[in-house]
Amino acid sequence: MLSKKQARALFLGGTVVTFLIFIGLTVFSLSKAQDQTNREDITESVVRGKLIWEKNNCMGCHSIFGEGAYYAPELTKVVERRGEPLIKAILMSESPWNPKGRKMVAYGMTEEEANDVIAFFKWAGNVDLNGFERIVSPLAKERLSNQN
Amino acid sequence: MKYKTQKIAYYFWALSILLLVLQITYGFIMGFARIGMEGLHEIIPFNTARATHTNLLVVWLLSGFMGAAYYIIPEEAQRDLVKPKLAFLQLISLALVGVTAIVGYHLNWWEGRKFLEIPRPLDWLVVVNVLLFLGLILVTLFTGKRKTTTALVLSMGLFFAALLYLPGMIQFDSQTMDSFFRWWVVHLWVEGVWELIMGGILSFLLIKLTGVDREVIEKWLYVIVGLTFLSGILGTGHHYYYIGVNKIWLIIGGIFSMLEPLAFMAMALFAVNMYRKGEKNHPNKIALYWTLGAAIISFIGAGLLGMAHTLPQVNLYTHGTLVTAMHGHLAFWGAYGMIVLAIMSYALPNLTGRKRYDTSGSRLAYWLSNIGMLGMTLAFGVAGVAQVYLERRYGMDFMDVQNEIKVHFAVLIILATLFATGITFYVIEFFKYGLPNDEALDMNLD
Repeated sequence: MLSKKQARALFLGGTVVTFLIFIGLTVFSLSKAQDQTNREDITESVVRGKLIWEKNNCMGCHSIFGEGAYYAPELTKVVERRGEPLIKAILMSESPWNPKGRKMVAYGMTEEEANDVIAFFKWAGNVDLNGFERIVSPLAKERLSNQN
Repeated sequence: MKYKTQKIAYYFWALSILLLVLQITYGFIMGFARIGMEGLHEIIPFNTARATHTNLLVVWLLSGFMGAAYYIIPEEAQRDLVKPKLAFLQLISLALVGVTAIVGYHLNWWEGRKFLEIPRPLDWLVVVNVLLFLGLILVTLFTGKRKTTTALVLSMGLFFAALLYLPGMIQFDSQTMDSFFRWWVVHLWVEGVWELIMGGILSFLLIKLTGVDREVIEKWLYVIVGLTFLSGILGTGHHYYYIGVNKIWLIIGGIFSMLEPLAFMAMALFAVNMYRKGEKNHPNKIALYWTLGAAIISFIGAGLLGMAHTLPQVNLYTHGTLVTAMHGHLAFWGAYGMIVLAIMSYALPNLTGRKRYDTSGSRLAYWLSNIGMLGMTLAFGVAGVAQVYLERRYGMDFMDVQNEIKVHFAVLIILATLFATGITFYVIEFFKYGLPNDEALDMNLD
């Protein structure tokens, strides 16, 4: 039967070993050779777009890469699905966008701000998400609707 | 109570209870918005309600854990808390940071990073606050007459929770990197170090309530927290499946997160077995209910419901849907909400000298809140599964699906009302009979 000392050794040893493996995998998967995010495409405009995304807590309703609040649509590949002009119009609108009975805050962004947010969406749309991008891509939607 | 400074716990718990009430209020705002009643949209849009709801959860649980530490550590270390006035200062600063953050969310002052919306300047105040808390707890522990495993595991959990807050404060240009390190905080908290805190509190409660030998209970505590870290650290990988990092996480995350329920199952078996083995017929039955309930519900909510959608093949479709909300609600309630309410239920009669161990109000609080929360989980689950099929499998438009599943949110609101009624009974009991009394020191209730 396991003694208290052995149980403590299991806890401490197991924790240290798994944590070291975790750090190793982190370093490996974030290394340049393993990059799936096209780091070189993160322009100043993309960074400004990400800051606007955070400043307005867009993730508090929408989701991106499947992370968010599921109250408003997933925005990975949104530019391909909805097109740039519509997204721009929504972001710049002074009155609340109200699609099918659910309200969005009217942000009334400037054209430059809206362009930055779209640049962020475009960058996000090109990230290799291990297959999740196919679930939310316009092609998947079309394929599925053709089946119906 | 055995030490006068243990009563500081009550004031942290009072803050906890107030924040819990506020959290439920914002939950209702979100529930009504989901069935189309968005009357408060202009002042409290959904993203404000959501950030407030989740951050209040984090702060009421942290305040509950801190209260638990201020109650448990003096008793385990067999000495009064050092510098009790500083503990009150820490409480006031915690409340001020919390209130400032919540007001800020209503004025668009936040960071828009799920669960970590607190702006960076306030993050630093959180760090100072937690350092003060840890200083008080650790100095008390290490200058005390004994250092028990229960106290060490609890303190270790609190220390690593503070340390792991730091990766969430780093600014990244890439959404992928941001998300990657945000999970170092969120996942390694809730599926890692917070389980140490839960295990420490559970162990203390089982020692007190069942009378089983401390050595036996603490041995199993090591096994449980060992299993938690063995599976939980690499289980972080299930958050990395689809955020833009290497496919290796599909394998690592898949395997280790399937093992994560083991720790919760061990915790449930441990609690039930200790209860059965115990010879001590402790009169505080309601504390025992909450303690065993926490161990069992956390196994269902965090363990089984998490496992249900953690395989990459399943998660590909459920990722970013209401299925996550189903798992999240029962997991947080069982693992952390219930253990905080358990330690409060155990400690309040000891702090007040009032032997209100098993009143009809406290029984109603237990059953209504649990039945309500199980029902809410079911409603979220049905809505989530319907969303997965309609939107992800059959390609329906997001908003068309949301309108289809509205009915489940009407059901959710009814069940949330049941839950809130249960919590109301708890709140009444807490504020009406919970204020500590120095005369309780002489009674030495245990």
